[in-house]
Amino acid sequence: MISIGIDIGSVCAKAAAYDGKNMYLFMQPTGWNLKKTGEELYRKILEISGGYETDVVGIVGTGYGRVSIPFATKKVTEITCHAKGAVYLNPTTRTIIDVGGQDSKAISIDDKGNVLDFIMNDKCAAGTGRFLQVMAHVLEVEVDELEHLAAQSAPRDINSMCAVFAESEVISLLAAGATKESIASGILHSISNKIAHIANRIKIRDSVFFTGGVSKNEQIRTILEKKLKCTIYTHENAQFAGAVGAALLGYEVRS
Amino acid sequence: MADYRELWQKLGMDLEKHDALCEALPQLYGGVYLSQENRPEGMNYYNFVVSEVHGLRIKELDDHKTQGGKVVGTFCIFVPDELILAAGAIGVGLCAGSQFWIEDGEKVLPRNICPLVKAFTGAKLSGTCPYFQSCDMIIGETTCDAKKKAWEILDEYVDTYVMDLPQMKREKDYKKWAEEIYDLKDRLEKLTGNAITEEKLHESIKLCNQKRKVLQRLYNARKALNVPISGKDALLISQIAFYDNPERFIEMTNKLCDELEERIEKGISVNKEGDKRILISGTPMAVPNWKIHHIIETSGAVVVAEETCTGTRYFENLVDETPTTMDGMIKALADRYLKINCACFTPNKGREEDIIRLAKEYKADGVIYNSLQFCHTYNIEYTKVEKALKEAGIPVLFIESDYSNDDVGQIKTRVEAFLEMIG
Ligand code: SF4
Ligand code: SF4
Repeated sequence: MISIGIDIGSVCAKAAAYDGKNMYLFMQPTGWNLKKTGEELYRKILEISGGYETDVVGIVGTGYGRVSIPFATKKVTEITCHAKGAVYLNPTTRTIIDVGGQDSKAISIDDKGNVLDFIMNDKCAAGTGRFLQVMAHVLEVEVDELEHLAAQSAPRDINSMCAVFAESEVISLLAAGATKESIASGILHSISNKIAHIANRIKIRDSVFFTGGVSKNEQIRTILEKKLKCTIYTHENAQFAGAVGAALLGYEVRS
Repeated sequence: MADYRELWQKLGMDLEKHDALCEALPQLYGGVYLSQENRPEGMNYYNFVVSEVHGLRIKELDDHKTQGGKVVGTFCIFVPDELILAAGAIGVGLCAGSQFWIEDGEKVLPRNICPLVKAFTGAKLSGTCPYFQSCDMIIGETTCDAKKKAWEILDEYVDTYVMDLPQMKREKDYKKWAEEIYDLKDRLEKLTGNAITEEKLHESIKLCNQKRKVLQRLYNARKALNVPISGKDALLISQIAFYDNPERFIEMTNKLCDELEERIEKGISVNKEGDKRILISGTPMAVPNWKIHHIIETSGAVVVAEETCTGTRYFENLVDETPTTMDGMIKALADRYLKINCACFTPNKGREEDIIRLAKEYKADGVIYNSLQFCHTYNIEYTKVEKALKEAGIPVLFIESDYSNDDVGQIKTRVEAFLEMIG
């Protein structure tokens, strides 16, 4: 018996397979053909898990691309899936801060991973991975380099939360001779402000678990800890929380 | 649709632009409305009204005008229709729910204000709304800042009369509102050349009450466990109530209600078992703003009521019909209208109580609080409403949105997650 969770995010597509004991994971860039990506993920994760097609009892699709997985037996939102997945990865989790490529959310959950409350950004890109992408582009560096650059300098203030305005702000800072390091640091502070703003709108309870692609950024996590005055945990597989939750949900339904 | 181009031309409309507007509607309406399963037969009347939205009704307004009658536009449910009717004028609640008008509105207004205000301003500026073009006068009110200041701009294009609406509900505010209603009476008499007699006013009070009663009847049907009509359809009916001929509207809606009550008895419903029941609360939804309802009702839930101006706020509480003197009737009007709980008032505890009461009456599983983008009063009031609802154990989701479609995906995710959460 094996259950598969597929989480198609705006940047990365993730898959998890669960056989009641082991959790297998796989990830690839989303690309532009969501349908194809979904099928590839399915085949790959099945292969990794060593299971057979006939063992599959459920396929749960989640993430913004969930509508493009026609073969899914169920579609569940990333909010519900993240809640389940986060408790699996870190059982003491009661608050999740998830920052992905185009959305950010804060979820309050109970000990079984049921959602109690959640807040999600609206169409604004300010507190999302997209913001980092736009800013990295202006600095002519890769998103991954921002953290390293930022570590070397105190932040310059970037006041606008809005990605569009922040972009012109960064351009003026560059023109005024500010270093890339100081701007990179400013960018990380700016996105952390916005994330904190979202997180503050729900009741934050321990433990706080940081998921999504942006959770890999250690500096953002540290800045957030200071702003929210709490310890924030993450996990090497935090990016997979949605897929893991989806796989677990598929398994729950069957067993 | 018959050919109305001549009529439109006469109204000074921008025909080319208007064509572009008209092109979008059938597809939108088809996708949102005609695709629904198991609709009541009686909805055919409203389908017809929509298909003739810029035609037949405009022709009626035009006929009225050629006979020397006046047409008056309003934007807020505080403006008493009774007086307009008693003056022999036709009142139209102007819709301003389309993204189409935003661009033109932004030519004279800042971008960061409510889409409703931008849309009605844009509709006038672009000359693409035949209702607006038919209006001899607009009645505005001092509710929110966006509207209050927009009237000054609108006045440059069409005669705009503004009622000074109190923002509190003390004894003296009731008195003042009665005075404002008296002033409006004078103004309407001047505009139409008709005296508003005690008889005429009493007649129109009764007529408007009848319209309220039929809407109450419609909403009552939605309390049934097997919901006989979708939220989208009910919303459409409320929206049409703002501009249709009142007598005909009452007749047709009563007919529909007969059918709905029959459906309830027979157990015919639009919802499936397990569908969540949602109460919407918040800002008005003008035609063709069906966005939130459509998202909810295509996500495994049914909207059972709206605590909005295009919902319960429009028809709750009747005007007392006992007074027959002018003073008595004006006071009765002031009393009824000032009872509306709009976020423009402070304090506005009554609205929190309304929402909780309605959630219980309609057996709602949760409330979706919907505020138009940049509507400060409703946005800010959410904090208090959220607290009150949470204390009452009623789950609530907040959505702030405008008329555009670019956030539909995100809203859908949030609505689905909310439904999963309360599931
Ligand atoms: S929300 Fe308030 S101001 Fe706006 S139309 Fe309704 S009653 Fe009038
Ligand atoms: S929705 Fe809010 S901002 Fe818009 S007109 Fe009504 S009260 Fe004013």
